[in-house]
Amino acid sequence: MSMNLEKEELIKMAKRCRINIIKMVHKAQSGHPGGSLSAIDIIVGLYGSKLRIDPENSNWEDRDRFIMSKGHASPAIYSILHEIGYIEESDFMSFRTLGSICQGHVDMKWTNGVDFSAGSLGMGLSFGLGCSFAAKLDNSDRNIWVMVGDGETQEGQVWEAIMAADFHNSGNLKMIIDRNGIQNDDFVSKQMEIGDITSKLVSFGWEVKEINGHDMDEIMDSLNWAELNNGRPKAIVANTIKGKGVSFMENNPAFHGMAPNDDELVIALEELS
Amino acid sequence: MSSPSGSGASRDGYGNALLRLASNPDVVVLEADLGKSTKSCHFRSQYPERTFSLGIAEQNMMLVAAGLASSGKIPFASTFAIFTERAFEQVRNGIARPGLNAHICGSHGGIHTGSDGSSAQTIEDLAIYRTLPNMTVIHPADDISAEELTMQLVNLNGPSYMRTIRNKVTRTYDENSINDLEIGKGHIVLEGKDVAIISCGVMVSKSIEAAKILEKEGIFATVIDMHTIKPLDTELIDIVSNNCNCIVAVEDHSIIGGLGGAVCEHNSRTNLVPIEMIGVKDRFGESGSSEELFKIMNMTEHDIVTAAKLAIARK
Repeated sequence: MSMNLEKEELIKMAKRCRINIIKMVHKAQSGHPGGSLSAIDIIVGLYGSKLRIDPENSNWEDRDRFIMSKGHASPAIYSILHEIGYIEESDFMSFRTLGSICQGHVDMKWTNGVDFSAGSLGMGLSFGLGCSFAAKLDNSDRNIWVMVGDGETQEGQVWEAIMAADFHNSGNLKMIIDRNGIQNDDFVSKQMEIGDITSKLVSFGWEVKEINGHDMDEIMDSLNWAELNNGRPKAIVANTIKGKGVSFMENNPAFHGMAPNDDELVIALEELS
Repeated sequence: MSSPSGSGASRDGYGNALLRLASNPDVVVLEADLGKSTKSCHFRSQYPERTFSLGIAEQNMMLVAAGLASSGKIPFASTFAIFTERAFEQVRNGIARPGLNAHICGSHGGIHTGSDGSSAQTIEDLAIYRTLPNMTVIHPADDISAEELTMQLVNLNGPSYMRTIRNKVTRTYDENSINDLEIGKGHIVLEGKDVAIISCGVMVSKSIEAAKILEKEGIFATVIDMHTIKPLDTELIDIVSNNCNCIVAVEDHSIIGGLGGAVCEHNSRTNLVPIEMIGVKDRFGESGSSEELFKIMNMTEHDIVTAAKLAIARK
């Protein structure tokens, strides 16, 4: 069962999520707003219209999986889990504090509805591949969605998993690359440009679609395309803007892992409201 | 009652156990191009639909195991012990941290692996894996005990690392004595009052040899197969520390951080008895036969005898 929300509702949901992302990172005075804001439209599109989950039971065994490999963008996940009803506002407002179920990086042991303990880049696609093997063994048509950062593809393990998914014809495995062009220290182009990621994936046997990761129509179309299992692993390369929605965060490497101060919070909430 | 006879390699016990475990439909096997060496190949030949070949890519294999375990499967992932270490952080963050029911087997561990040389002679695996919360760390003495301990892994409901061995060693166990084997409980092979030899893996049979030599000289040794390095059977260590008042820790592993290190950590807080350590003394190995290497590294049964006498003299 999926939420089946319409486009206009999804856009409103993404707006609420952006506000909550900013609020929780400001409250914690730490965390990663930039990559949360770049990813949130796709995450909302996926959870709001596609992902087969049970809002009443986060542990439903035959649910679709969503593996957030870029686990530092945890505020995006907490904001969507709140929309689904898995966590309370008080939970995400205690983000990164002692005992909070909202750990610094998403963690399946701490938070209902989180499918993977992330925090170390490069591991999520492999985990998703394991989930895809399990789904096949169970003769289940559940899908496994994995979100990977563009800088994250510098990790060699990602390519081990990409190669293995092709070899094993893992058609139930779907990767979304958040191509926001910025990583921890600086722009991806300055740290180590990953180049034509679409061609690289195609040469590894994947089917790939490139989209504007902030256009809900394109997001919906690409999710519909990726959902179909034709025996090939599929990737959506989502061109996004880091910090999308907050002017001073947009395309600004400083806000990869920096919280807004009190003045910046006011401006950000004004812009998002 | 029969007594142990012949010899066996622990990797064969692992391979046999996987076949027996196949009756559990959740058991799956992961390989990284070394199934013929780790002996998961037998499972593959009979259950190809439950065997996943991941190529020479250990980091990916560890997280694939984690993903399978998170979906209710019980994965057994094996490669050479040394190559599991390549994926140590994957094991730490992907398997141990969420406490998933995934089992890693590293074969060809220790300098016992011999002629392949120092690159393959893993001498630090027991040390690094036992630092991980949630991990069970096992190093069986022979093929028969490896098979039994592997059978017990499926009931752990948590992650494990097991080191197995390429070459055959004199058996310590037979079909009767394995009935007493239990993960987390040291196995008393011989009982004596003068010195406790606490050993694991291939060194258990050497420790028994040493005890026989000592007995001829009127020195009586307790020999323990401490097949589970973590959780350590501290209760048994307390008992033998009190009974024998000195210990020799024996392992085919660096003396830094392995079984000997674990025993010292415990006893430094409890029983301050003399402890001597037999193991690899902060050096890498080299090519050669197992016995040649044990000789140049002072790890023969005669070296255990010498260490036992030293420990007794220090009482």
